[in-house]
Amino acid sequence: MFARIVYESFRRQKRRKLLAGAAITLGVTVATAMIAVATDVGDKINRELRAIGANLLVTPQEDTLDVEIGGVNLKPPSDGSFLSEADLPKIKGTFWHNNITGFAPMLPVNVTLQRDGRTENLTLLGTYFAKQISFGKENFTTGVRSTHPWWKVSGAWPGDSSRDVLLGERLAARLSAKSGDEVTLSGRTLQVSGVLSTGAGEDDQIVGPIALAQEILDKPGAVRRVYVSALTKPEDAFARRDPKSMSGAVYDRWYCSPYPQSIAFQLQEAIPNSHAEQIRQVAQNEGAVLTRIEGLLFLITLAALFASALAVSAAMATAIFERRAEVGLMKALGAGRFAVASVFFAEATLLASIGGCVGFAAGALLARQIGRSIFNSQITISPALLPLILAIAVIVTFAGSAAAIRSAMRLDPVFALRGEL
Amino acid sequence: MNAIVSQSAQEVAVDRAKSPHTSMFLRMLVRAAVLRRGRAISALFAMVVAAAVATAMLNLYVDVQAKLRREFRNYGANIILVRKDGASLPADALSRVESVLAGHGLVAPFALVVARASDGQPVVVAGADFDRVRQLDRWWSVSNWPSVPQQALIGVRAVSVVSPKNQPFDLSFQGHTIHLTSAGTVRTGAAEDSRVYLSLADFVSWTGVQASTIEVAATGSPAEITAILRQLEQAMPAADVRPVRQIMEGEARVLGKTRATLLAATALIILTAALCVLSTLMGWVFDRRRDFAIMKALGASDRLLGGFFAAEAAALGAAGAVIGFVMGIGIAAWIGRVNFHASVMPRFSVLPFVLAGSIVVTLLSAILPISLLRRVQPAVILRGE
Repeated sequence: MFARIVYESFRRQKRRKLLAGAAITLGVTVATAMIAVATDVGDKINRELRAIGANLLVTPQEDTLDVEIGGVNLKPPSDGSFLSEADLPKIKGTFWHNNITGFAPMLPVNVTLQRDGRTENLTLLGTYFAKQISFGKENFTTGVRSTHPWWKVSGAWPGDSSRDVLLGERLAARLSAKSGDEVTLSGRTLQVSGVLSTGAGEDDQIVGPIALAQEILDKPGAVRRVYVSALTKPEDAFARRDPKSMSGAVYDRWYCSPYPQSIAFQLQEAIPNSHAEQIRQVAQNEGAVLTRIEGLLFLITLAALFASALAVSAAMATAIFERRAEVGLMKALGAGRFAVASVFFAEATLLASIGGCVGFAAGALLARQIGRSIFNSQITISPALLPLILAIAVIVTFAGSAAAIRSAMRLDPVFALRGEL
Repeated sequence: MNAIVSQSAQEVAVDRAKSPHTSMFLRMLVRAAVLRRGRAISALFAMVVAAAVATAMLNLYVDVQAKLRREFRNYGANIILVRKDGASLPADALSRVESVLAGHGLVAPFALVVARASDGQPVVVAGADFDRVRQLDRWWSVSNWPSVPQQALIGVRAVSVVSPKNQPFDLSFQGHTIHLTSAGTVRTGAAEDSRVYLSLADFVSWTGVQASTIEVAATGSPAEITAILRQLEQAMPAADVRPVRQIMEGEARVLGKTRATLLAATALIILTAALCVLSTLMGWVFDRRRDFAIMKALGASDRLLGGFFAAEAAALGAAGAVIGFVMGIGIAAWIGRVNFHASVMPRFSVLPFVLAGSIVVTLLSAILPISLLRRVQPAVILRGE
């Protein structure tokens, strides 16, 4: 009998059920999409923040002081120690290798430029542009094109195994050189593949493949420093603790959190004789920006959940309010409060489960669409969240129905049946 | 119906004496709301919540850009002025830059030379205005800022060269020697780590070299910053004015994406809020089908009835929008305080949109059920079928 009442109620009152079901579906859709976006937005914004540049710098442990003003190196370039290029792929073998979005080695060398009979002392910066590297079974591409996205080239980027170079924007203007020209650097005739604009010191320099810089310096495999771009977690008091003072379990927790400090620590372990440090300008501020945006999205998600809960309960309250006459009939036929309430709650559960499932699927699609159109990448929601969201939908539906059911039950069946309310 | 029956005769007489004909319409509006207090309040509540959420979201959407821009200014300078080759910055360079900025940003001058430590090692020495640097470059991790003359701030990597045991040290530049004590160390992870910083006054009296670089952190939209760049170029012909593209492009990218996400969220939330109002109000109007039928049976025209319910809905929408607007501003201010530690200014420009949106939604939710009811004979409704 109970099942039949519920079944018939769905069969005969299609319009009302559809209306309440639509409200639940839409509410769950919005809630699911917002939860998916809010949980993923941190990672997405973190990746966007990588546009500001590398946040970690690896230098030789025994490095001498940089004597550099305005991008001009005033120190004999062979001075000091170097990192070995052969060690660099090991960066992808560290614990947080999936968080490392790219790295670019740098080797500045002094060169003389002969042009139109004049000789000029300049800096040539050797680096990776988009170099293919393999570590173990993994192949990846890295270089300044991913770590320094604000570098713009008019012309073409040189190949990493070529002997082409880029001229800095101001240098090119001074020399009135353009892409396709040839320049003579320290006795080598090289092709200019493009003009580089960075807005910083490189605008006065020449940038080329690292092998070329190593050849000019006559130090094969030498690297002066490595810029590493990593996705990190905002720093907190725990992150700043000294790993040497930690005991086993605490140390493991520190080591396995993607703090700038712990990733720097792991880079130091991976590359022999190196010193890794966070670039505070980038690393510190990125934490602050990320915390703000995540906090904002969290509060907005709460607002969205609140609004959808309200929409669902409003729809349920309306749907039940319209059925006071039925309550009166049931009570007149001798149904107890419990029997009446259980019929309505069974209906609400059924509606919430159907609406919840449809809404979850629609919300996942919506989140995907938002991810695609805003961040050009997927936002996925874990199917494990489905039971949680269904449970919330049922609770909210119950809450919305409860007040209406209670007020319906307080009515005298006689008035309810006569329609005098 | 009950409205008319339950009025006491005296009340009716007084009302009629006041305004014989015109107040009927108003009275029906008011009595309808007063007598079904519960339903009217729940409809108004839905309206207020929807308007509050919409106001808060629109307010945040407008304001969040400015708030996040301020966060990005912690990244330091977005414009750098460097003296051109052979030229020097004029003595009043700093005040010229400040007058261009007109308070919308921070300025810090720097001067750089290569000096020698007592063992002859070259080291880059910079002159800086520490009070300004502290504001501009907040990411500098400094153990102790210099406060008195002849005190230096030493980069963590330069410590071993100039003052390994924290002892007083000498630096020489072109035959001039300065005697310094160490105030503290600075750590940034970048070029600053291998430099020694002095106060600009000490630096100039020692080397005779004036500031060659001015770092500017200008606040504002990309258009405003471009305008500032132009003005700086005009005001300072001796300097090369460069935008720091690294910072500006990253900022534009992150802000753009955040704003787009916020827009999507705002649209979704407003849609949900509108739905909430729609279902509550439709229920409310539908519930009053008896009033509708009686009015119709008494000879009211369809137009009058439509006007009556529409006016009722619009009044409710307007009231809800105004109350909701005030609450929404409160919510936005709270979020601003909690998340950005700054107040979100109330945007009254949002009010017309919220008001218009509320009235449209309420009208829609009133007219839909009315147009359904209009097709039904009053007798059928009154019989309760």
